[in-house]
Amino acid sequence: MSKALLYDATMCIGCKQCEGACAQQNKLPYDDKVAAESVQSAHKYTVVLTKDDKFMRRLCMHCEHPACASVCPVGAFHKTKEGPVVYDVWKCIGCRYCMVACAFAQPKYEWQSLNPRVRKCIMCPDRVVAGKQTACAEICPTGATKFGERDDLIKEAQDRIRQSPSTYLPRIYGLNEVGGTSVFIISNVKAEEYGYPASAKIGDTPMPEYTGRVMERIPDFIPVWTLVLGGIYWVSHRREEVAAAEADEKNGGAR
Amino acid sequence: MKFKLTFWKVIFLVIMALGLYSTFIRYFYGLGAVSNMTDQFPWGLWIGFDCLCGVMLAAGGFCIVGAVYLFNVERLHSVVRPAVLTAFLGYLLFIVGLLFDLGRPWYIWHQLIYMNPHSVMFEVGMCVMAYTTVLFFEFLPNVFERFNLQAPIKWIKKIYPVLIIGGILLSTLHQSSLGSLYLIMPSKLHPFWYTPALPFLFFGSAIAVGLAMTIFESTQSAKAFGRHLELPVLVELGGALLVALWVNALLRFEDYFHRGLLGEIIKPSYEAYFLWLELALAFVIPITMLSFKKVRLSPGGLYLASVFTVLGFITNRLNIALIGFETYVGHHYLPKWTEFSVTLMIIAMGFALFGLAVKYLPIFPEERHAVIQRLRTETGPVVATPVLGHAGD
Repeated sequence: MSKALLYDATMCIGCKQCEGACAQQNKLPYDDKVAAESVQSAHKYTVVLTKDDKFMRRLCMHCEHPACASVCPVGAFHKTKEGPVVYDVWKCIGCRYCMVACAFAQPKYEWQSLNPRVRKCIMCPDRVVAGKQTACAEICPTGATKFGERDDLIKEAQDRIRQSPSTYLPRIYGLNEVGGTSVFIISNVKAEEYGYPASAKIGDTPMPEYTGRVMERIPDFIPVWTLVLGGIYWVSHRREEVAAAEADEKNGGAR
Repeated sequence: MKFKLTFWKVIFLVIMALGLYSTFIRYFYGLGAVSNMTDQFPWGLWIGFDCLCGVMLAAGGFCIVGAVYLFNVERLHSVVRPAVLTAFLGYLLFIVGLLFDLGRPWYIWHQLIYMNPHSVMFEVGMCVMAYTTVLFFEFLPNVFERFNLQAPIKWIKKIYPVLIIGGILLSTLHQSSLGSLYLIMPSKLHPFWYTPALPFLFFGSAIAVGLAMTIFESTQSAKAFGRHLELPVLVELGGALLVALWVNALLRFEDYFHRGLLGEIIKPSYEAYFLWLELALAFVIPITMLSFKKVRLSPGGLYLASVFTVLGFITNRLNIALIGFETYVGHHYLPKWTEFSVTLMIIAMGFALFGLAVKYLPIFPEERHAVIQRLRTETGPVVATPVLGHAGD
């Protein structure tokens, strides 16, 4: 069964322990300076943003139909059956198409490295496979980040919104966006105010469909176009041959 | 004449020196040091110009080969070789550009073993690889002829239909797919440039620019090498260019019309200024020019119109690759000087290699004799005189 994360912004106290746990899990440096950085980067996969007295977490959404996996020419990304979208650095050639394609702008790059890698939250795949929670969910003191079965978390999010409609905006961000993700956000402030792309803008269509519509035609296009080109070639050269043969005939007749 | 030559040589050397410095920075200090690319702007000038424009500028190869060998437009026969040469060099330099832009270029061969058939980039990569091979074979006869090797020329002639049809098929696929690359970014690319019609627009612009580039390089090499200019060929190409520009303009209009953007594009805005620039250079100016018979029949007029066309479509592709993302990202991207200098170095290499090829290979058929004559008299590089003894016949 597919796992997911539910982030409830109303329960978040902005302690940033998830940031620290994430850094530790992924062997990234973490100190006060990094904690103060309010942008995601190659060394900060997740960030807790503060606006007034409200908080919002950002991390890879682990799309059900990830754009990064579909655009990668060498298939360095893939969606595991457990839910995480993972990255195989060995395959990567560094084209950065994943970065341009991701609607949530999640993949980040090691710009200073001489052998750079794409970096993003990979949802602790080793822990998940071993039946454990992600590092961020495990450490969260208030349960704002909750790990669990995708279906269960959707139900729980719906219940929470139903039970206190005054606390939450009536929507689960990530449920339908780009065909659904494995990270859900419920909050009382629009996620868009913290840099998340607007639902209306990214739509409910799985991203791979945009290019898939064209790509799926190619297997048919190749034989048809080859035949057309070959046909044109044959006709125009046949005409030449006939003309040459006719000229020969005329010459022969005159002789 | 002599001063001019020295002047350009100095420019060339300066460009190469700066380019080599930037190359050093690129491979010893990384992409972050050499470019202004960031997590917000992961694709910069090198993708925008070296890749998107480079492939477009090399489209003359398949356009002219298609016209001559597929549709039997015999009059264009004399520009097949320069067009194929431009295409071959264009694709080689595209690959050079890619080696700068890829973060891990030493793993470029992974493309051959870890294939992801869903990826547009994979398709472009495979097509470019295959088409560069096709162009290599289409180019080889120049070398064989130069050394008067008749047997291999015959072999290549035998597979020529396959090369021609394969080359055009591959070109159709990857020229349009370069546009498809952007189909997955509907929420990022500005609506002026994001359209489901991108693959068609990219293919259409490749044909227009292919024709314009053929006019450009014929005129340019006529000037540079004191060649006789074949006006009827240029006139023919100019006519085809006018048709191609109209088709492209119509496609663009239809696209904006169907997406209800005609009102938007005439309103002043940051993106609109760049769109206007692109439309003026690519359509308004060259179409107006070429509509006058006087221009269509004059070498200077054709040359200017083709330069405008090329600049216009370069603007178009840079708008798609760079300007079109600025509103989404929220700030501007201006390439670092080292990015410019790498691009300039690649362009300079293109000009230099073209010049060398024209000088030492029978690229322009009617000059074949002259080339060989010159090689006989010059005490130039190691010339295989015994072989050339027969080559003039």
